Amino acid sequence: MGNLDLSFFDWSVIGPFVTKGLIFSLWLTVVATIGGVVFGTILALMRLSGKKWLELPAATYVNTMRSIPLVMVLLWFFLLIPFAIGRPIGAELSAIVTFIAFEAAYFSEIVRAGIQSIPRGQVFAGQALGMTYAQNMKIVILPQAFRNMLPVFLTQTIILFQDTSLVYAIGAYDMLKGFETAGKNLGRPIEAYLLAAIVYFFMCFALSWIVKRIQQKVQIIR
Amino acid sequence: MAWDWELFCKETATGEIIAGCFGKGGDQTYLNWIFSAWGWTLTVAAGALVVALAFGLLMGTLRTLPNSPWLVRLGTAWTELFRNIPLLVQIFLWYFVIPAIFPTLKDLPPVILVIFALGFFTSARVSEQVRSGIQALPRGQRYAGMAVGFTTPQTYRYVLLPMALRIVIPPLTSESMNIIKNSSVAFAVSIAELTMFARQAGEETSAPVQMYLAVTVLYAISAFAVNRVMRYIETKTQVPGFVAAGGMGAGH
Repeated sequence: MGNLDLSFFDWSVIGPFVTKGLIFSLWLTVVATIGGVVFGTILALMRLSGKKWLELPAATYVNTMRSIPLVMVLLWFFLLIPFAIGRPIGAELSAIVTFIAFEAAYFSEIVRAGIQSIPRGQVFAGQALGMTYAQNMKIVILPQAFRNMLPVFLTQTIILFQDTSLVYAIGAYDMLKGFETAGKNLGRPIEAYLLAAIVYFFMCFALSWIVKRIQQKVQIIR
Repeated sequence: MAWDWELFCKETATGEIIAGCFGKGGDQTYLNWIFSAWGWTLTVAAGALVVALAFGLLMGTLRTLPNSPWLVRLGTAWTELFRNIPLLVQIFLWYFVIPAIFPTLKDLPPVILVIFALGFFTSARVSEQVRSGIQALPRGQRYAGMAVGFTTPQTYRYVLLPMALRIVIPPLTSESMNIIKNSSVAFAVSIAELTMFARQAGEETSAPVQMYLAVTVLYAISAFAVNRVMRYIETKTQVPGFVAAGGMGAGH
């Protein structure tokens, strides 16, 4: 490790650079998860509705999003949103919109698999009790489906958190950018990348560990 | 915004439109450029896939070994390490940090470093799938191997892996498609692949929409081609009466 100088690993020095980015990364993760789940559930329900005119647009949207790299989607939205609304928006806002739109496709696949994992008998039971489609979904199917998909869902959120680093492509200020800026300003770019890797690792490792515990709990309930 | 597709026939330096769209001699049109970028994308993806399969299979198998706790720990540590650091950060690690620690690596072409970064990142996910593929086999399979007097390597070679590898084909299919998509992150260290092309050519020509569209279509074609190839392998290697179930999984 001869030419690495780790002495600058001092929170009071790099903290100001990193905190702002960290907050944005977490904020982006939370907003994209919530938005992604809401729109993803709608997309999943459209695809399972049995009506062609709902299925087709939802399936097209999901498959298109899933076949394009996230970096390209970020670039596309950064290019097109200003055209659509007629004025430029910042990289941060553009990133939030992109992540919601992108993650909705992935969450919709998870929700769809979750709903399909519920035995048909549950649907029939709800119908036999005279429930409407909405009631049946809300009271019988979705609560069970959400529980079944909880582990995958949380894993996706961890991946989402890792992917927030890709806003690098449009220059938004996330945690990685925070470390990079700190490294550039303090003349230690290489050490800054190393430190970023360590911080990301411990955050994601802790989260995966929690997911594993939850997974074991859910398995017992089932 | 004019939908001027002729700009792909433009020479990149002079802006002249070249008949036939492919530059001759030293000339390079945007069409030449995008095809070479596609080549780089496929090179990075294919190289990384080889690395990912090799290390993923090894580490995933190690994690299921009976009576070798240290090998199990090695496999688990490997998987956790490469799974919990974002790909972009790993690429920076390989590109900036590792050559600083090991100066001999400075002479390697950057694309090799990126191939290892993407390959090791993906190997963690392959390892996870191989492990669960082996563990999904009924316990009796392993006992059957022991009962006929196989050593542990023989049990894996002749009994467990042939079945487990078939089980993991569907998740590996999506991993192979992910690797093409994830190769786009290589733009960050200036590998001349498709995303890099999209950003640069989009700026140069002031026609980013056409450039992005072309690149997006090429990504979709590549992913679709991988999907077809993997499906072909899946049907060719299928054991009659045995259907590998695709579960739900997270991805990006």
